[in-house]
Amino acid sequence: MPEQTTVASTGNILVAEAMRQANPDVIPAYPITPQTTVVEELAKYVAQGRIHAEYVNVESEHSAMSAAIGASAAGARVATATSSQGLALMWEELHIAAGMRLPIVMFNANRALSAPINIHCDHSDIMGARDTGWIILFAETAQEAYDNTVISFRIAEHPDVLLPVMTTADGFITTHSIDRAEVMDDATVAEFIGDYEPEFALLDEGSPVSHGTFAGLGGPFFEFKRSQRNAIDRSMPVIKQIAAEWSAICGRPFGMTEGWGMEDAEVAIVVIGSTAGNARHVARELREQGVKAGVLKVRCFRPFPAAEIAEALKGVKAVAVLDRSESFGAEGGPLYLETRSALYDLDARPAVVNYIYGLGGSDVTLDLMRRVYGDLSDIAGGGAASSELVYLGAR
Amino acid sequence: MSKWDLSKLNEWKAEQFPRGAVIPEAGNSNDYVTGGWRSERPYRDPEVCTQCLICWIVCPDTAVLVEDEKMVGYDWDHCKGCGVCANECPVNPKFGKSAISMVPEGCELKEGE
Repeated sequence: MPEQTTVASTGNILVAEAMRQANPDVIPAYPITPQTTVVEELAKYVAQGRIHAEYVNVESEHSAMSAAIGASAAGARVATATSSQGLALMWEELHIAAGMRLPIVMFNANRALSAPINIHCDHSDIMGARDTGWIILFAETAQEAYDNTVISFRIAEHPDVLLPVMTTADGFITTHSIDRAEVMDDATVAEFIGDYEPEFALLDEGSPVSHGTFAGLGGPFFEFKRSQRNAIDRSMPVIKQIAAEWSAICGRPFGMTEGWGMEDAEVAIVVIGSTAGNARHVARELREQGVKAGVLKVRCFRPFPAAEIAEALKGVKAVAVLDRSESFGAEGGPLYLETRSALYDLDARPAVVNYIYGLGGSDVTLDLMRRVYGDLSDIAGGGAASSELVYLGAR
Repeated sequence: MSKWDLSKLNEWKAEQFPRGAVIPEAGNSNDYVTGGWRSERPYRDPEVCTQCLICWIVCPDTAVLVEDEKMVGYDWDHCKGCGVCANECPVNPKFGKSAISMVPEGCELKEGE
């Protein structure tokens, strides 16, 4: 029988716990704030003999992802973690891991990118990786960070998918705050994830293979990209199915998106990560005042659940998309662009406005959420939707 | 020979290729003629050669052909002209030079090679 223990812990510790339970073979890791406690915990588990992984102390994140690719091609289950500049340093390897179809699982503590130097939360790092071919999951809470990490291994290694997965949580807010969470017993997680049996393993001397080959001019590069695209498209139902299986075991809801009050919402905020709680708090307040407010949280960003989002927003009058990262020079932030695009084919489209918020950990207060809902109520009441990009709360 | 029928490779659809550009069998590089990009070729003077077979050991493309423990020539379909054999070929003191040297591709070769 599945047995869960209630703990008071941080997102990072719970991600490390999930990775320990997944029992990876190789952990190539390099510390960076605010991810460090994940790799510290994993190093401790290895030192204590609680997992039998090969822990590789590398000299940079570039090397961490290179080692992860090598180990995964060799046939190992590989887990690692990074953040911000570290993720940026992995950039070329992220594409390689996905193109080679290696089921690596990596945690990212979402953090701003320099300059100026800043170690606090925003989504600039992870949104920069959105086109690398990785599956990307976002967590609102430490509990979600744990659950996302558990299912990441199943998704990555699923024979219809075989793609790397990034499981993420907001730096400091979720990675370092003590939160209440339920942790599943080791045996149940081990059984849920199962063993990884690689089809093409470099260490399988009985059937030698070559990884990392060439497909240049006149070669099938284009076709390989098509099959990579097919794989991430196929991952959508797989993620839903695996999330549903995990949900049945742990008793917590788990969807690609999570709506609050969306059944009859007239004004709604679309948001990713830890800010969903703030939005929900204010939406609840407004409901008491008779405002039909809703929140749509996106938990899986790649693949992007466009149809589900369009379905959830189709009856809404005014929608605010909150982006915790910039796409400088674009019409708005990445979540805004994709959400707005998802709504294009609807017969009656809601008004959609964009807010950039919380960059570099700048405070996301309830008053800011009230202001957004206030703007939305004006628009829903017949006011014009501003096309101006708002830096929410910036002086 | 590859166990794959590659005759219609140019018609393969995306999902027919092995996942992630993996080559799921060993040794099929023999099917690909890679000697075409050679700009210099190794020339071996059989008189100077001591049959030490260092060239056979160091050739990265197994393009040094050996029969009855004797170096007999090169596999020109796969020698890419890297020059490792010429570089490693030891000086024969009797002649004061080594047996293998690199010559421009296309130049006329002496008898015997």
